[in-house]
Formats: sequence, structure tokens, C-alpha cells
Amino acid sequence: MSITPNEVMKIAHLARMSVDHDDVERYAQDLSGILNLVEHMNQVDVRGIEPMAHPLDMCQRLRADVVTEFNQRDTLQAHAPAVENGLFLVPKVIE
Amino acid sequence: MSNSSTAIHNKTLSELRGMLDDKQISAQELAQHFIQRIRTHDSTLNCFVSVTEDLALLAAQQADEQIAAGQAGLMTGVPLAHKDIFCTKGVKTSCGSRMLDTFIAPYNATVVERLHQAGTVMLGKLNMDEFAMGSTSESSYYGATKNPWDMQAVPGGSSGGSAAAIAAGLTPIATGTDTGGSIRQPAAYCGITGLKPTYGRVSRFGMVAYASSLDQGGPMARSAEDCALLLNVMAGFDARDSTSSEQASEDYSAQLNIDLTGLKIGLPREYFGSGLDAGVAQAIDEAITEFQKLGAEVREVSLPNSELAIPAYYVIAPAEASSNLSRFDGVRFGHRCDAPKDLTDLYERSRAEGFGDEVKRRIMIGTYALSSGYYDAYYLKAQRVRRLIANDFQRVLSEVDVIMGPVTPSVAPNLGESFKDPVAMYLSDIYTVPVNLAGLPAISIPVGFAHNRPVGLQVIGNAFAESKLLNIAHRFQQVTDWHRQIPDAFK
Repeated sequence: MSITPNEVMKIAHLARMSVDHDDVERYAQDLSGILNLVEHMNQVDVRGIEPMAHPLDMCQRLRADVVTEFNQRDTLQAHAPAVENGLFLVPKVIE
Repeated sequence: MSNSSTAIHNKTLSELRGMLDDKQISAQELAQHFIQRIRTHDSTLNCFVSVTEDLALLAAQQADEQIAAGQAGLMTGVPLAHKDIFCTKGVKTSCGSRMLDTFIAPYNATVVERLHQAGTVMLGKLNMDEFAMGSTSESSYYGATKNPWDMQAVPGGSSGGSAAAIAAGLTPIATGTDTGGSIRQPAAYCGITGLKPTYGRVSRFGMVAYASSLDQGGPMARSAEDCALLLNVMAGFDARDSTSSEQASEDYSAQLNIDLTGLKIGLPREYFGSGLDAGVAQAIDEAITEFQKLGAEVREVSLPNSELAIPAYYVIAPAEASSNLSRFDGVRFGHRCDAPKDLTDLYERSRAEGFGDEVKRRIMIGTYALSSGYYDAYYLKAQRVRRLIANDFQRVLSEVDVIMGPVTPSVAPNLGESFKDPVAMYLSDIYTVPVNLAGLPAISIPVGFAHNRPVGLQVIGNAFAESKLLNIAHRFQQVTDWHRQIPDAFK
């Protein structure tokens, strides 16, 4: 399996992570190398094997529907790059 | 063994406890001693991202008050340092990344909180591979950590700062995390002891997530005895971690001295194949012989799907990482690019600038494996392979008590070697990754040297067999002194 430079650009966009033009070829090679490693999985027939999503096969624990969190907006927004009136600021989304 | 003559920074926790309780040293003097060690040695080793001297001296003062009042617990006044993946309230928590270079955690991780409540004295935060992705601690935004045994060698990773700091006597104990070997491998490379507990044994709350179905925090120290003391505080159910085990934790110090007569040890033939360095193999063989002298029985076993572990891991871990790391968007916290022209530009440039190369590779692999049309071929397939690997362990561990083998195929590589080929670096985790996929506990203990660099033995047990692993490691450490070896430059 090999990843083309075009595919790198597509994957990078899906991940919302820009890649410098000069780095695209190198990422294409690196990702192709990793996928070649991954494809060793194909040596084994796994039909009928139940996928294992979690090591202990545990169920999601439920809790009582009561308030456990208190308001920490000011504390949590203290690290935000840009806030105003308690809101996170981003560039204009709708013209 | 009597150690009244050893330097303070080479003493065990029980020796330090005795000195604190007998007022031979105060917690403040002890903290100052280690801070001074860090000041002297860390400019070359680069183990610490942050040194929290003021907080340490304050915590030590409180510890001294508790000791004076006769209220000291086992860990009161004991210095430690946390891997910089654990959130520490009011202290930078970088995860080794530019993305979090300015992030001051607003709360403590459960592990940090428990150790704080137990009266420990935090010296600082330890360097690591960026977002715990790496096997050398070279991918940190803060530069590579060096191996105290050989300044040309890597300390291993991702908990390389933790392992190197203990080996150099900059802290007696440290926390680490292990997603594919990140406690055991640096412990092996630096000649210390490190335990990766059963998945769910130690709370992940406040531990920056890499691969959530694999990540597990654990103790690192010179000896198994000290790891047990640290695990006693770290382990236990936490309602704030949805995958925390509700099974009661134990007193991990209680069973350290159980006799090993009749212990059944399985040696998987896949762990002793052609990829294993001859010097490492010899040190492992000698350690196994020592266990036979202690009364253990050894037999060969097989984990036939072992070689599929790395391929499956490099789907599952990146897939989970690509999802976990989507939270770093330049909006709520973490790095934000200058003057974004629109929202997409904000996301794409903030993430491109904030993440390093290895993190980007794994995010892209994960994104690809989860993308439309590839999910079944990669992610679902990897989860089926994961089941096969877990089944192998389950079968073997119903026949023997524990599995033993090397932690790594070779000793620590030189700095800079692993950058050239990521896949070659991934393959060095071949003996540690299967354990994470199965969620089992495993310990790395020092068993000698090859090519003048430390070698680690891995002992793998059934789920929640931490006490047994610590018992086995402790008995070995009572009849050997590999865990007491100290690099010349740090005596």
C-alpha cells in the first residue's frame, strides 16, 4: 500500500492540519512505510473473530443523573487564546 | 543489605522514611538536596521540563509539620516527580508539546491528587516524547533527554525523563505512563524498575490521553519495593475515570516476600527469536537461571500472534490518538496561530504549528484508518487481531503463573538513530506492545548490562496480578544488586 502526495493532502485536510508543500513527499513515504507494516495483519484470517475494543470487555458504567460539576467558566477560560464576555472567540464563520 | 553509607539520593523509600521519622533529615532538607541535584545535573540530562522548587519547599514544610505532630504516613515528605502528561494544578502541563507549552492545568490528575494528599513533595515535571508518542524521548518540544549510563544513548520513551531522573538520583521515584511500553522500555534502558499495571487499575483522569484503550499510568523507582509503595497510593477506583476498575486495590507491599518455590514461568519462544541481541539474551538467560535457583520452574510457551501486535497497534493507537487529539483546535486551550484568516485556517495552522512530526504522522495514519471506506480493513481488522493476541496470553497464563522475556530486542540506541526510520523504531517495541493490547500488567527489572548499557527483564502476569509481579521482582532484587547499580557520574 502506498500513499500518494495527493492523498497526504486529503488526509491532512481531514485532520485539519496543514502540511508544508516541501514536507508532503516525505509524509507520503513515511505513511506508506507505516501502512506496509500494518498490512502484515493480512497474514492472518480473522473472519469470525469478535473485535476487541477494550482490554477488559467492560461495560460503560452509569451514574445517577445528578449535578456533579460546578461552574468553573472563568478558571477554564483563563487558558483560552481569545475570549470575550465569557465566549470563545474564533474568526468570523458566516459572512 | 545495609546502606547507611549510601548517598541520600541513592537511598530506598524505606531508608528515607526511617531518616525522616528519626529526624536525621527534614523533608525540607531532603527536598533541597534533590533540587540541588537537579540544578547540578539536569542542564546536561534534560530530564525536567519544569522544576517546582517553591511548591516543593512548601509541601516539604507541611510534611515536616505532620512528621513533628506524629501524623506522618508512609509517603509523607517523600520527594517525587511527575511525567509531564499528568495535570498539575497551577503548574505547566506540556505533554512534551509546543501545543501545550503555555498550558497551566486548572486541576490535578487523580494520580497527582492522591500523591499530594499522601504528603509527597513534587520536585517538578518530567520530559517525555511529545504526547507520549515515541520510544526515545527525542520527540519532545523541549529537546532530548539523555541516558545517565551513557550520554550518547537515548533513555527510552516515552517516560524517558522519569527513568533517567531516577537512574541519575534526581528523584527517588516518579510516575510514568505506558501505552505500548512507555514505562517498561525506558526503565529497561536506564536500569531501573517500572510497572505497567492492569488497564483500569490506575485512574486516567487528568492524564493527557493518547490511546484511551491502551493508556495506563504506573510507578517507576529503583526497586520493586519502592514501586509497591508508590502503586499503593496511585491505584484504586476513581469515579471520574469511566474505565477505572471497580475491583478493590491491594496492599502491594504485603506479598513482596512470598517464596517463589514452584512458581511456573513461561518463556515465549517468539520473544527469543533472531531479532534478539545476543548480549541482551545472555543477561536474560542469567536472570532466568537466578529464578530457577529461587525455586521457580521454567517451561517454553508460545504466543503465536506476537508478530501481529505492532501492525495492529499502529492502527489502534493512531486511530484513538487522531480522535483524542482533535480537541487541540486553537480555540479553547493550547497553541493558536497568529492572525487566522478563517476558521479552517485557524484549525489547520494551529495544529500544524503546535504538533511535531511524529504526532502528525500518527494523527494522519489514524485519520486515514478511520476514514470512509477504510474502517473495516484497518480499524476493525486490528481489533480482531487484538483479540487473537489477548487470547494467546489468556491461554498461556492458564498454564503458567507468569511470562518472562526481554523488554526490548537490544539495549538503548544512540541519540539521533531512531529519527531516520520511524518503522524501525516502532519494531523495537515488539515485546511490550502485545501486553498493552491485552490490557495485562507487566514489570521491567534491571538484570545486567550488554554493550555497557542496562538490560531489562519483563515479567507479564494475569490481569490484576500486580502483587505477584512485585513479589517476583522483589525476591530477585533480594539476591541480586543490579537495581543498586549507579552510573559513575551520578554517585
